[in-house]
Amino acid sequence: MSTFETRNKNREITEKLIKFALITASVISILTTFGILFSILFEAIEFFQMRSFWYFITGTEWSPGVEGSKFGAVPIFAGTFVITIIALCVAIPIGLGSAIYMSEYASDKTRDYLKPLLEVLAGIPTVVYGFFAAITVAPLIVKLADSVGLDATFNSALASGVVMGIMIIPVISSLSDDVIRAVPDSQRKAALGLGLTHGETIKDIVIPSALPGIISASLLGLSKALGETMIVVMAAGLRPNLSWNPLEDMTTVTVTIVNSLVGDFEFNSPETLSAFALGLVLFVVTLVLNIISLSLIRKFKEKYKVNTL
Amino acid sequence: MINKKEKKLMETNPFYDPTLKKRHTSAKRFKKFTLTSLIFSIAFLAFFLFDIIGKGTPAFHVTYLEVDVSYNEKSINDSRYAVERKYRNIVSRAWLRELPKQVKENPLLMNTTQTLWVLADDQVDQYFKEHHYKLKSKDRALVDDMKAHGRVDFRFNSIFFTNGDSKIPEFAGLFSAMVGSILTLIITMLVAFPLGVMTAIYLEEFAEDNKFTRLIEVNINNLAAIPSILFGLLGLAIFINLFGMPRSSPLVGGLTLALMTLPIIIVSSRAALRAVPDSIRQAGYGLGLTKIQVTKDHVLPLAFPGVLTGSIIGLAQAMGETAPLIIIGMIAFIPDAPTMVTDAATVMPAQLFTWAGMPERMYIEKTAAGIMVLLTVLISLNAIAIYLRKKFEVKW
Repeated sequence: MSTFETRNKNREITEKLIKFALITASVISILTTFGILFSILFEAIEFFQMRSFWYFITGTEWSPGVEGSKFGAVPIFAGTFVITIIALCVAIPIGLGSAIYMSEYASDKTRDYLKPLLEVLAGIPTVVYGFFAAITVAPLIVKLADSVGLDATFNSALASGVVMGIMIIPVISSLSDDVIRAVPDSQRKAALGLGLTHGETIKDIVIPSALPGIISASLLGLSKALGETMIVVMAAGLRPNLSWNPLEDMTTVTVTIVNSLVGDFEFNSPETLSAFALGLVLFVVTLVLNIISLSLIRKFKEKYKVNTL
Repeated sequence: MINKKEKKLMETNPFYDPTLKKRHTSAKRFKKFTLTSLIFSIAFLAFFLFDIIGKGTPAFHVTYLEVDVSYNEKSINDSRYAVERKYRNIVSRAWLRELPKQVKENPLLMNTTQTLWVLADDQVDQYFKEHHYKLKSKDRALVDDMKAHGRVDFRFNSIFFTNGDSKIPEFAGLFSAMVGSILTLIITMLVAFPLGVMTAIYLEEFAEDNKFTRLIEVNINNLAAIPSILFGLLGLAIFINLFGMPRSSPLVGGLTLALMTLPIIIVSSRAALRAVPDSIRQAGYGLGLTKIQVTKDHVLPLAFPGVLTGSIIGLAQAMGETAPLIIIGMIAFIPDAPTMVTDAATVMPAQLFTWAGMPERMYIEKTAAGIMVLLTVLISLNAIAIYLRKKFEVKW
């Protein structure tokens, strides 16, 4: 064997080793997803062996830590729903409006300044938003409600919902902006050539074309709102409350998870394990939302043949 | 109603559209709406920063009082006796508790009486800052009198940066949380950076387009969208319960955050690798290099600024994360900075969360000040990332 061949052989072995290491690293991401799924699933199954699954999804009383504790999660789901809807009512119009202005009206130079500014909103830690919601926004809402003769609590769903909406503005605006810009310019030119005004071109031509991407962005925002923890832990209530009044206090899935796990319960008590049951629901819902969102954006990409999204 | 003038226009100009004016107004209204929403976002940001800075700035200065402090047997045993009775409610108890330490460092102090600037009680401090306070009228008269005689001073609050957490508001600081954050983030980056970059290299340079590769890709995309709190559940169930790692430790926190940061690093590293033109690779192969040599010596160095930028952004995000760390118990009361990654620790955002829930007004001020510190660090990290990207960006 010549020296040349030995060197090649050694090199082959090291290259195989390196490739193996690279594959192992990639597999970690799969392991993490399955790790999350199974760690939650097993504890949740243990919970459902102790308590009825049916009551969990249809029961209306959530009273852990007492004799004869009940785990009916409907009030918790309802609270999550109300707060999330408030957040989306704030985030979708504002996020979409900002995206349209940046992509259709603003000059490239203005856009270069505006986009990072909006991204600052995305970079603020959620605990900071939570502090702001609890200390500044909530008392403001109480005062405003008081001035029109309404009664609001200091941990109203409205305060956390509005601040959460502001938090997800950049999620929606950033993706929508990219999608709207990816709509081919020929469509705009054709519409303008047929005599449509700029506003009509955007409303009737560009937005419908970009709609799958915009829905995808809104679904991402929704999944982010559902999983958001710190804002609601700090500014929303702890009391499971089945109500549609946004001025009342209500609790969410994430708040209940945090509270069941920081309490002084045994790890194998239904109180602690209920957190994993709620976690399972959260995992499944956000996963489904995310899969729909990704498939919508993929279809959009295929239709307009863009790779930049 | 169509008037005469318009009727004439319609006859002479076949393209005349009577609704045109309305359509233009509606287009203008639409533009105004989009601009308003953008302005709202930016106005919120401005209001938010203004509010936090307004609340946090007073915390960087703290009240000191000029008081006689006597060092003797009695005051060493019970530090309350070190000052005259009337001052007991207005000076910091925590500051007086440090007296035995002072004597130990300097034995000459024993049996002397010194006139010192002593840290004031939090209520006195809040009284001077005109916030909500609870101070008896007798004490209020006393501190007003002291102020008139120049025995009250506002000094830079170095305690905030050198102390750990404390149950006494004026003595609480961010130091142990900062150390905890640093230890946690070191673990995070040690795990997430190599794993993320290796995965990106595999997917971008080596993987064939088969089912396995697609599974990994779908996985990474989903991982990025999983709520952070669920990573906390993973950390609790696997790292703590299954592997028996110490609860509340930077080790567990760092590993949990690493799994969260992984998708960010993978996505940005892949983008950076993809931006390297294929001609570089082809030239390498043409010279007889193997795939690994091309990647290691040519593609990776060219993509490295992009990889680094993405990692710094991932680091900044991990730094602000709180929810999963609460689940794994990193909100414990930590007065002393951790020295090992297995010690109980807390991180900056978790410390802010704890303070925000305290009843005393001074903690609110400290939370806002802590937010200012945290945001400064995060904005600098992002600024560094942008600077690196601008400086090393190669236009192909």
